Amino acid sequence: MRFQPVIGLEVHVQLKTSTKIFCGCSTSFGSQPNSQTCPVCLGLPGALPVLNKKVVEFAIKAGLSTNCSITPRSVFARKNYFYPDLPKGYQISQFEDPICQHGWLDIDVNGETKRIGITRIHMEEDAGKLVHGDVSGLEEGSGVDLNRACTPLLEVVSEPDLRSSDEAVSYLKQLHQIVTWLGICDGNMEEGSFRCDANVSVMPVGSATLGTRAEIKNVNSFKFVKQAIEYEIQRQIELIEDGGTVVQETRLFDPNSGKTRSMRGKEEAHDYRYFPDPDLVPLVIDEAWVERTRHGLPELPEQRRQRFMTDFALSDYDAGVLTASRELADYFESCVSLDVNAKSVSNWVMGEITRSLNDSGTSIAQCPVTPPLLVGLLKLIDGGTISGKIAKTVFDEMWRSGKDPAVIVEEQGLVQVSDSGAIEAIIDEILTREAGQVEEYRSGKDKLFGFFVGQVMKASKGKANPAVVNELLLGKLKGR
Amino acid sequence: MNISVAVVEHVARLARLELSEEEKNLFAGQMGAILGYVEKLRELDTEGVLPTSHAVPMENAFREDAECPSIGIEKALANAPDRVGSFYRVPKVIE
Repeated sequence: MRFQPVIGLEVHVQLKTSTKIFCGCSTSFGSQPNSQTCPVCLGLPGALPVLNKKVVEFAIKAGLSTNCSITPRSVFARKNYFYPDLPKGYQISQFEDPICQHGWLDIDVNGETKRIGITRIHMEEDAGKLVHGDVSGLEEGSGVDLNRACTPLLEVVSEPDLRSSDEAVSYLKQLHQIVTWLGICDGNMEEGSFRCDANVSVMPVGSATLGTRAEIKNVNSFKFVKQAIEYEIQRQIELIEDGGTVVQETRLFDPNSGKTRSMRGKEEAHDYRYFPDPDLVPLVIDEAWVERTRHGLPELPEQRRQRFMTDFALSDYDAGVLTASRELADYFESCVSLDVNAKSVSNWVMGEITRSLNDSGTSIAQCPVTPPLLVGLLKLIDGGTISGKIAKTVFDEMWRSGKDPAVIVEEQGLVQVSDSGAIEAIIDEILTREAGQVEEYRSGKDKLFGFFVGQVMKASKGKANPAVVNELLLGKLKGR
Repeated sequence: MNISVAVVEHVARLARLELSEEEKNLFAGQMGAILGYVEKLRELDTEGVLPTSHAVPMENAFREDAECPSIGIEKALANAPDRVGSFYRVPKVIE
């Protein structure tokens, strides 16, 4: 029997606010345990949560950018369960009437576009962090740090529209790009700012009934999502083929073994007894608020990619690479605005710039070669002052020193030699020296032309204008 | 309304309560009486009335995203039955 995997993703997006969702404690990462707490996030009796307005604004932005409708009146609910990282015994979340509903994202699967439904996006608070073993004194028991408790999250729930691990990763990457682009999430997967639970089931091909699903928890990289889903699909297929049945359960992905394993003990708690939180009043978002937010949205990655293709005649691929992040797209556009050929900017940004950023682990925002410097370099090439080859040398020096390219060219004497007299002199010298090769060339070994060009460029230390070299060399070799 | 002991046991487990046999029977009767009263309320015609999530007619209470001082580790841990460093310590959570 052949099986069809069915996958839905629940993504937790940690919002980049300064303070928690219901209190004024800081959300910064890595502080001393429990130093960022107060009666509200500790769940002390009588404390009253008050909603952080920025969380609502971020949620509306996320909703509008994923084609959701914004719910005019939404409420917070208590999700009741016991766990040591949850001080109140309930998590404040949304159940009925989440803030965003019925959205979608178009993903690219092997060159084809596929629409993935987004069921809902809701706001909720994060739980605290449990620490086991690796702290002295915690050989016995577990440590609880409530700094993370009450940190604002959006949970983005997709429809079970994904059919393979590749589709899941593609969807996830696009969502990641959007929330970081909007500036509402730092996107740091290692620190847990963007994490994913995957609901995976399989059904016989052609079946209309979904199989029983397993929920894989907290997979914190794109690579692991792919691995975890693939492992789980295979596990379920083998289980069914061996005559077993898949049970609905929570499973944990272990990156070391590449396997998922059952998390016992979380199951009976699935009776969450949601009810409206009486501490929080309903949230009413009128049309004016939605429209105000819509107008404040930046141009989104997909729109910008399209515009780059139209405005700058870039290929689909180039436009995609240049809009991978908002910072990179901004960098590209600042260059182009300085009146220079877009295609050569694109080549340099995707080539030397990207390579140097990767090699040095620098982000584009910290790029030492600023747009004016890069454009200065490109203009030196366009104007024939330096060759493309010398430009790489100048680029490296700009990267190191941040100096103006014209200054570097001046200081190091890198100006391209286009004067035919000077080049002719070099060519004559080479042709005399390499008389044997000249004979061979003239007896039909055309491939040697490249050798002569190389020799001339070498003798000129790369400064000879290649076009002039070609022309003169050809004339001398053929013409005589 | 009739509430079985099994339902009482389920609810007690969700609330992490340990009940004696007498208590289970007692609470089954009491819960049945409460739900019976709710049944009675359901006889009212509530057509066109939105479910009330809040008794106070109020909406949109916000705070700005501005940091307030936290209460400090010592105060936060003052009532903790057990601690290690600045962590609360709880019985081992096995996963």
